[in-house]
Amino acid sequence: MTEIVTDQTPPVLHGPSDKEKKYDRQLRLWAASGQKALEDAHILLLNSGSGTVGVETLKNLVLPGIGKFTIADDSIVTEADLGVNFFLDEDCLGMSRSESCVRLLQELNSDVEGQHYQFGRDRPLEGLFSDATFTLILYTLPIDSNNLTLIQKYANEKKVPLLSIHSAGFYSYFQTHLPGSFPIVDTHPDSTATTDLRLLTPWPELSEFAQSVTKDIENQSAHDHGHIPYLAILLHHLARWQSEHGALPSTYKEKTAFRNFVSASTRTDNAEGGEENFEEAVAAVLKTISSPHLSGAVKEVFDYKPDEVESVSSFWIIAEAIKTFYSKHNALPLPGSVPDMKAQSTIYVQLQNIYKSKARQDVLEVLETVRVHPGGKDIPVTEVEIFCKNAAFIKLIHGKTSPASIVEIADKEFESDDIAALAMMPLSLLPIYLSLNATSHVPSASSSEIVATISKIIPSASSNPRIVKAAEEVARAKGGELHNISSLTGGMVAQEVIKIVTQQYIPIDNTCVFDGITSRTQVLRV
Amino acid sequence: MLKQNQESCSLPPRMDRKEYRLLIEHRGAGGLGCEILKNLALSGFKDIHVIDMDTIDVSNLNRQFLFRASDVGNSKAEIAARFVEKRVKGVSITPHNCKIQDKDDVFYMQFSIVICGLDSIEARRWINSALVNLFDPEDEDSLKPLIDGGTEGFKGQARVVFPTLTSCLECQLDMHAPRTAVPLCTLATIPRQPEHCIEWAHIIAWENDKPFPALDNDDPEHITWLFQKALARAKEFNISGVTYSLTQGVVKNIIPAIASTNAIIAASCCNEAFKIATQSNPCLGFEENYMMYSGNDSIYTYTFKHEKKDDCPVCGNLARELAVDPNITLEEFIASLAERAEAQLKKPSITAEKTLYMQAPPQLEKLSRPNLVKKMGELVGNGDEIGVTDPSLGAVDFKYKMKFSRDFASTA
Repeated sequence: MTEIVTDQTPPVLHGPSDKEKKYDRQLRLWAASGQKALEDAHILLLNSGSGTVGVETLKNLVLPGIGKFTIADDSIVTEADLGVNFFLDEDCLGMSRSESCVRLLQELNSDVEGQHYQFGRDRPLEGLFSDATFTLILYTLPIDSNNLTLIQKYANEKKVPLLSIHSAGFYSYFQTHLPGSFPIVDTHPDSTATTDLRLLTPWPELSEFAQSVTKDIENQSAHDHGHIPYLAILLHHLARWQSEHGALPSTYKEKTAFRNFVSASTRTDNAEGGEENFEEAVAAVLKTISSPHLSGAVKEVFDYKPDEVESVSSFWIIAEAIKTFYSKHNALPLPGSVPDMKAQSTIYVQLQNIYKSKARQDVLEVLETVRVHPGGKDIPVTEVEIFCKNAAFIKLIHGKTSPASIVEIADKEFESDDIAALAMMPLSLLPIYLSLNATSHVPSASSSEIVATISKIIPSASSNPRIVKAAEEVARAKGGELHNISSLTGGMVAQEVIKIVTQQYIPIDNTCVFDGITSRTQVLRV
Repeated sequence: MLKQNQESCSLPPRMDRKEYRLLIEHRGAGGLGCEILKNLALSGFKDIHVIDMDTIDVSNLNRQFLFRASDVGNSKAEIAARFVEKRVKGVSITPHNCKIQDKDDVFYMQFSIVICGLDSIEARRWINSALVNLFDPEDEDSLKPLIDGGTEGFKGQARVVFPTLTSCLECQLDMHAPRTAVPLCTLATIPRQPEHCIEWAHIIAWENDKPFPALDNDDPEHITWLFQKALARAKEFNISGVTYSLTQGVVKNIIPAIASTNAIIAASCCNEAFKIATQSNPCLGFEENYMMYSGNDSIYTYTFKHEKKDDCPVCGNLARELAVDPNITLEEFIASLAERAEAQLKKPSITAEKTLYMQAPPQLEKLSRPNLVKKMGELVGNGDEIGVTDPSLGAVDFKYKMKFSRDFASTA
């Protein structure tokens, strides 16, 4: 993401380093800061079950250069493993599964350090946690419930994110358990969504600029008239509209009338029969002539009451300062970027500078509030700048399980299934989650056993044909993985790990179910 | 649903995966090929061919896991085939180190399914038209399901085509609109963005200075030259943001690519191949045929049916109406076809009742060249049908019905 607020230092005139070359295609997504977070991370996989989905996940983390990974496993490699796990070969038969997988994964990237922990009767799993610290823990299902309790306890104490993964037959799901609320600043919104020009509330410098480039607009030369930035065209016409109508266009009807009003000022007595900058202005009316409103995600951040530990983190200190800014100005700090538009180079750069300096001014105001906070003295200016720039797109992931009970969630999901065909909506994938979840601690089960287990939490389960069908499919898989389903799931889990570790993009909240029969996913909070 | 599919689709009868012969076409930066090979081998397919003309580059190593640093410079197809054969017992993988366009119908006829992990729209259009034209309704073996995957950053798509029966890649072309080109006059006189400075160095400064005989996008010395030129220009106009990385990105049109997205899309393609081969479950194709995936904001998939188009230049036969200003020249008209989302033709030949312009052979090109400066209104009448072809894309044949957008101001 290019830095807008501070002036850029001139780039050094040398080519990329070896590392930049190797990781070029991913640095374009998460930049050096994201890469550093990955390289500082240590991921633990507690592998169990048929054992492929976790290893496929690790492959997608070793390749982009995660710092360290550890596989803990109590299994020995058998013939069955070879048919589904790419990171085992014939030479591994009879050997420790964790050691074999680590060796073949390690080959993928010499920058990455891999460790294994083969546990068993003589070497309990507890030993793993005595001297290692982990950034994030993955575990695969089905899992021994004692082992699960052990890692949940560790994750809880050390506040480590935990991800569970279950892949069987054509189905899979995975679930994130984050230690408390998880706020993200660098959410990477679509560039089309980020334009914030404040045309309805221009500040003095912006109005002066618009007036100067539209001065005597009727008599401007064809060249000048054809190069007025569309933003100034809109401001000029807004001022005229306001003086004629006494108010700015606000309803859809007024905005379309305003659009015609702008369009009518286009000069057509030229070779092209029109002007590109006026076309741009007309096209931008509906998108830019509207008062900014707070997104639900930002409101949620503003309304959230951070606990004692959270409230001293830089995120919540800056968020509080931005909330103060918002209540004072009824607007978020200006992001400060200007989209490209037809204009003379010098005029465009002048316009960019007007937005940049307003953005800088807003940052300073937020910074002042931050500095007054007892914990805000040492927060770097750049962190405040980045926060201000992304303020409209910050996001809070809960990380905790849903406050609704599984019965309430099921009621809601199955209710919408009743109208799914009418509403052209896909059917809920909750039955898949329920069926897989019913085999969390057993290698396999019959469909009636699965339905019986589900019935303990959802009494009406056996009368729901979709639950019965999903249970049959899970039973048919007998705990076996299909490589494609595990590979696909491993790709999705790796994306989530990257999002959590780099604190960029937006992770799921909190469960993703995949159906390989209909090729669909559904994200649910359970 | 399964039943319905079987009725409407002339799939080959249920086959064992051993008898299935698959072709993977892999080309370019994405790197779906490694994943697809691994997945097919572990799905029980025994006879796999792979086409890839590329050699291994160091920037592939962050996701193409069948390659090691010591393999840099070697053929991707050969190294990948050897690796997977060694790792997975009992699979046979035949590498073809060439372009997909080098192979003929006889070659493509021998496969049961074709899977593409191609990075260019041109290559996709070529194989799509080849497989559509291969289909002979009298011969059900000539129906080759085409599975296509593509990724960009955290996003991607997987789709299945049953040539001539369902929406083909050409029907779906407008879902991948071309990047709009920056007007030359912006580059030459009023640059505003760092990209404008880089394109100026790339298109204008390079032509003027000719610092090296030919531009090689992979030569760091060449990129450095462009970077320094762009940087100097940016400084002159007070534009910030020109970096080496951006220069490389603009010049090579680099699309970000990561291992995890490749894994998702490749596995989705192979899951469809598995379902087609085993008929264990309904595959994408006759109802829904397109799965879109995005991991940017949570996880979102949209699986839907893209409808076949009657005026598709590959699998349809109707002419589509095209509004055209009769006062522009044929050359301008040809240039406009490159930017139209449904056409994206860079070097098209045009015929009306007679040839208007042919790109090749050279004699015909020379004969038809004088037409380029003529106005459209001189060459065709309002309501006329024209044919537009581009041999580099295979049998892609557009039929357009000209609809004049204003009166023709005859210059005669």
